[in-house]
Amino acid sequence: MSTEIQNAAKSHAGRWEPYVDNGGTSLAIAGPDFCIIASDTRQSEGYSINTRYDSKVHQITDKVLFATSGYSADGKKLAENIKIQAEKYLDKNDKIIQAPSIAQMTSIIMYQKRFFPYYVFPILAGLDGEGKGCVFSYDPVGNMERVGFQVYGSASALIQPFLDNQVGLKHQENVDKNRTLSKQEAFDLAIDSFTSATERDIYTGDYLEIYTVDSTGIHKEVRTLKFD
Amino acid sequence: MSFGKVFKSSVGVKPSSHLYGLDDDIFDDRSVSEQPAEFSNSHIDVKSQKDSLIKLAHGTTTLAFKFKNGIIVATDSRATSGNIIASQTVKKVIEINPYLLGTMAGGAADCSYWERELGRRCRLYELANKERISVAAASKLLSNMVYSYKGMGLSMGTMICGWDKKGPGLFYVDSEGQRLRGDLFSVGSGSTFAYGILDTGYKYDLETADAIELARRAIYHATHRDAYSGGYIRMYHIKEEGWEFIGLEDVGELYYKYAEESK
Repeated sequence: MSTEIQNAAKSHAGRWEPYVDNGGTSLAIAGPDFCIIASDTRQSEGYSINTRYDSKVHQITDKVLFATSGYSADGKKLAENIKIQAEKYLDKNDKIIQAPSIAQMTSIIMYQKRFFPYYVFPILAGLDGEGKGCVFSYDPVGNMERVGFQVYGSASALIQPFLDNQVGLKHQENVDKNRTLSKQEAFDLAIDSFTSATERDIYTGDYLEIYTVDSTGIHKEVRTLKFD
Repeated sequence: MSFGKVFKSSVGVKPSSHLYGLDDDIFDDRSVSEQPAEFSNSHIDVKSQKDSLIKLAHGTTTLAFKFKNGIIVATDSRATSGNIIASQTVKKVIEINPYLLGTMAGGAADCSYWERELGRRCRLYELANKERISVAAASKLLSNMVYSYKGMGLSMGTMICGWDKKGPGLFYVDSEGQRLRGDLFSVGSGSTFAYGILDTGYKYDLETADAIELARRAIYHATHRDAYSGGYIRMYHIKEEGWEFIGLEDVGELYYKYAEESK
């Protein structure tokens, strides 16, 4: 690197900031034989809304979806990289990669950028090899955990405790702990979570994309949220 | 992810030069400047001391000790990022193979990535040498791997526990390069509280049930006094035949058990 370029780089020091938080919220709920994945589509920067429709949910395979939040550009690039690897797997093995394998791979792809991370809080969700609903959540450098449900993004602190109570059945007396949600119940909880979060979080709103993954495939539905 | 605050700590980074490119080309070093840990330190917070944009899961109580019937390993299950509880169900014991366990403290991803890599190298050792790797050698593999990244912001405090030809083995390994052999360790933000309980109750000749109760009590009291620890207590017993999972216990329910005792 020449001295001029190094000096130019130095004069930028203190100003160059690689990350932006674009707000938005993503959610996933696993059921016994289905999975619900939902994201709002508002994309903001500070107090400005860049666009009212920017998808944060990416399809990896016919059974697995990938929802992001955090820095939109990093989220898209990460999803793209995962998709590329999933396709390579298909070409090499003549077999569609399954959710737990994509999950471990995602962790490694993210850790490869340990010293310049993707500023993304991803949720990988869909059906596993046995057809059961599955949700994997990550931190920005790829620490992975398989969970029953997860909310990430600007309204995560508003919605996660609600799901802990309604899906995780936490702090409920006289409740059957083995009770599982029906597809419709999970779907309705996702909608209620987002309509409520939209009322209190300025970075969540506009439209809601809800995906249902089950044995019949992936079904997408788009609802409106409030536009203010 | 609050907006007002997140940019306060922003310290600029020079666009890339490849001066500190790592030997291993699996790592993307486009952000690496002349100061190896500059970007890491200004943007990534693994120790919860700063208002960085990227807050990583951390905060823990883990412990392990040798006694006459083997080793007891116990951890809590909480992960925090900033002042948010990111998870109450973290598995902080990593099953490297049927004879080796590793515990997690510090950056969750740093621990799980490098201990997975350790598992791979232990398997290769088995294939090459037709016998299992010793705990001493396994812990040194890990120590050497993370030492090569010293100063770059990795955060890992782990105990490598297992059983080999020499019997039970217990080593403390961290990302600063420290590697210690010992009979009793506790690691993490709640370790001081756990040590308090362990040191008053520990004897090498403890019966298995009493050793398990000591570990349970130590983690419980750490979760009680350390806000960064909590959730569930996860315990393992390492014997000659390998490790055995003891169980998962809700800290919330244990409160009533210990409150009853102190009446």
